[in-house]
Amino acid sequence: MNVPINVTVNGKSYSEEVSPRLLLVQFLRENLRLTGTHVGCDTSNCGACTILIDGKATKSCTLLAVQADGTEVKTIEGMSPDGNGTLHPLQEGFAEKHGLQCGFCTPGMIMAASDLLSHNSDPSESEIRHALEGNFCRCTGYHNIVKSIQYAAEKMKKEVSHG
Amino acid sequence: MGNYIGQSVKRVEDKRFITGKGKYTDDLVLPAMTYAYIVRSPYAHAKINGVDISKAAAMDGVVKVYTGKDIADSGVGGVPCGWQVNFKNGETMKEPPHPILVANKVRHLGDGVAVVIAESIEIAKDAAELVEVDYDVLDSVAKVTDALKEGAPLVHEDVPGNVAFDWELGDKGATDAAMAGAHHVTTLDLVNQRVIPNAIEPRSAIGDFDGSKGKYTLYTSTQNPHLIRLLLSAFVLGLPEHKVHVVSYDVGGGFGSKIFHYIEEALVIWCSQRLGRPVKWTAERSESFMTDCHGRDHVTKAEMGFDSEGNVVGLRVKTLANLGAYLSTFAPAVPTYLYGTLLQGLYTTPAIHVDVTGVFSHTTAVDAYRGAGRPEATFLLERLMDTASRELNMDPTELRLKNFIPPFDGVEQEGYQTQVALQYDSGNYHGVLQKALDMIDYESLKKEQAEARSQGRLMGIGFSTYIEACGIAPSAVVGALGARAGLFESAQVRVQPTGKVSVYSGSHSHGQGHETTFAQVVADKFGIPLEDVEIVHGDSESVAFGMGTYGSRSLAVGGSAIVKSIEKVLEKGAKIAAHLLESTPEDLEYGEGKWTVKGTDKSIGFGDVSLTAYVPHNYPEGLEPGLDFSSFYDPANFTYPFGAHICVVEIDKETGKVEIKRFVACDDVGNVINPMIVDGQIHGGIAQGIGQALFEGAMYDEYGQLINGSYMDYTMPRADDLPMFEVDRQVTPCPHNPLGVKGAGEAGTIASTPAVVNAVMDALSPYGVKDLTMPLSPEKVWLAMQGEQ
Repeated sequence: MNVPINVTVNGKSYSEEVSPRLLLVQFLRENLRLTGTHVGCDTSNCGACTILIDGKATKSCTLLAVQADGTEVKTIEGMSPDGNGTLHPLQEGFAEKHGLQCGFCTPGMIMAASDLLSHNSDPSESEIRHALEGNFCRCTGYHNIVKSIQYAAEKMKKEVSHG
Repeated sequence: MGNYIGQSVKRVEDKRFITGKGKYTDDLVLPAMTYAYIVRSPYAHAKINGVDISKAAAMDGVVKVYTGKDIADSGVGGVPCGWQVNFKNGETMKEPPHPILVANKVRHLGDGVAVVIAESIEIAKDAAELVEVDYDVLDSVAKVTDALKEGAPLVHEDVPGNVAFDWELGDKGATDAAMAGAHHVTTLDLVNQRVIPNAIEPRSAIGDFDGSKGKYTLYTSTQNPHLIRLLLSAFVLGLPEHKVHVVSYDVGGGFGSKIFHYIEEALVIWCSQRLGRPVKWTAERSESFMTDCHGRDHVTKAEMGFDSEGNVVGLRVKTLANLGAYLSTFAPAVPTYLYGTLLQGLYTTPAIHVDVTGVFSHTTAVDAYRGAGRPEATFLLERLMDTASRELNMDPTELRLKNFIPPFDGVEQEGYQTQVALQYDSGNYHGVLQKALDMIDYESLKKEQAEARSQGRLMGIGFSTYIEACGIAPSAVVGALGARAGLFESAQVRVQPTGKVSVYSGSHSHGQGHETTFAQVVADKFGIPLEDVEIVHGDSESVAFGMGTYGSRSLAVGGSAIVKSIEKVLEKGAKIAAHLLESTPEDLEYGEGKWTVKGTDKSIGFGDVSLTAYVPHNYPEGLEPGLDFSSFYDPANFTYPFGAHICVVEIDKETGKVEIKRFVACDDVGNVINPMIVDGQIHGGIAQGIGQALFEGAMYDEYGQLINGSYMDYTMPRADDLPMFEVDRQVTPCPHNPLGVKGAGEAGTIASTPAVVNAVMDALSPYGVKDLTMPLSPEKVWLAMQGEQ
């Protein structure tokens, strides 16, 4: 029997009836067709499915859609600050610093980094690496991911001081 | 150098990935699509007495259940092997069938037995639980050494002793004599452990048969869509090739594991053909662990002989290579022609002999994994070099420099003919090592190490100087060595009437950034803006033909095919331009996007000529309209990147944990089109090589169970396990391809593993530890410090 949920995703509210066993990541990918959030494992270890729930980085493969009832979800598709194609400093950072190769882990990396920067605007290299320990990348060796996040932190600090 | 070549141009493909708009196979949903879940063997070796699908088939929402018997009854055999390595005595390689689904006997954990197709993946999984397979479990072997024991369980009844082939290369007599006469012989018994590639995107395939057109479409996460189309058509399902469309949009990493033709690709097409609906299969991670081809898995005895001066006089190698239960697409080539041929390394070793036995076991098939054979060769050579330097009481850099092949450019000086069949193209091996030593300031580092040791700290320095073979390969050469395919590449350059350029490449990008690098080449050669160039790949209907991406071949082979087409465009363009300028092609020169009459200011632009080619009103007589050329490029030789990596580690005495303090790499990959992308390839390669050295390794138990088949259990490097890498380069152009490029995709992985292990052994030298088996986990290192190896 399906269960009603109300959830806000990338600023838009949805009232849906979902199967109690539907994973949140499936709800996002299949019901809402937001396929930027990826599934890389079945044990909550790879982080490709990382999204923000009420601002906190969360692995959407380990949560049921019904558990997201009443929350505010943000996915990679919702990262643009104006919702109109402008890039978030993290998105810009990954492109500027070659923080991605195949791109599969990238949305999860950006979401995890977004959580980090929301409570630590000036992270050290070691703090960045620690914040990413729930996210696998098999392409970059993390070197340029660290640089991408440093770029974003720098840019966001400037935006704040100019803002 | 032009406006783009040699510049770190930001990648044009990034926008879709950073905004969540990438299109990976599992992202696709087709109308009326069904979902497949494969019932897999929980045993490594078992006889199937029967499969009862009745309960599963009766479940609501189940469309159909097929078993191995259904497939066998349809007359379909299995997936083929693409390389034949015969026995030393001339006997044909043992090549048992690799069925799509197994009917009688499973041979490794995860072998497919049945497939459930349902309206949703949840229903398919629920129904799969109801498929009852009656197994008789049989004894199994997972280790190569066990598989070769007298009386070992046979993986295939008709393959005696589990031996698929044996193979040798080099002069055995000369090598035995050199070793017998050596002043000193360094011997290592090495295990190059089995690792699992683990691209973060699990494999996925959608089969879509359209009966109204008799047309088959396969969407698949592959590194070479055209090869899959060819194999499906010519060998596996006997499909009409012109009615088969293979699409591989964005692919989330490959590292070799997505080269091969997997049974699931054939399965979804076979099912779709029968159901008339699209069928999607996507691996769960545990399936990836069990069914993506694994890499490495060698057990080797290696001996290197030296004279009294420290010159290498001989190298003798005997390797047992575990191939798994079936021969995957390129499996026989990896431990032979991609391994034995690299045992010259960078050294002038005058006598080399390598003997390899390829062995079946009840494990997942082993095939090319980033580096494919060259990491195994480099690991062996570089472990020997550092070990020998300790035994000979020489500095490891001094021993290497003494034995390096002298520099040669392949133009003025001939290529270097090795003892093991290859001819190196160009090299300056002293140069890369010297540069790496400068980068790390070796003299200061040695003092720092002496200081650390005096304080009782375990600091180690490890070296690795490597050469590899990329740009696979001259078709006739590999054909003579057993390849069942040509290894050229194709490219079409279509100049549109408005002067914009579409390039259709048979190479495939799954992270390498072809859409940028190739566009840089095209934009510079035509002298047009990068934005005016579009690179199309991964679709067998857009791209006429292709051999795909592996072996760091894309730029050297695929890029060269593009250059050939560009040259044809410019040649024809010159005829049109000459007509318009009332001159002759010989009197024109091309540059900055226009043809100019030499010594004058009379010129005509690329766009005007393009338009004229499609609106040929005022046009050279007898010339065809249009400006669109295809080319096939078959390389003259392999390319040979090389380099020097240095790793500095410190071991925690209390825990045995290895910390990488510095990692310095100086690589020479020939000319570089995009330094940012090349550095990124090196970084990622280094990380994977470190993974093998310190963290990774497939573990099978005595029952053939993969006991670390999940991310909970299989350790891969995470962000906080790795340092920032210090990378730089030397440039020795490849003399035999038009771009002078060699390839950069695998270099990091090939070089880094032995550098790390050598550093750990150096750190442990106060304990008299000569060798430890990878991965060098804290436990293993700590036990070694306690004298319990």
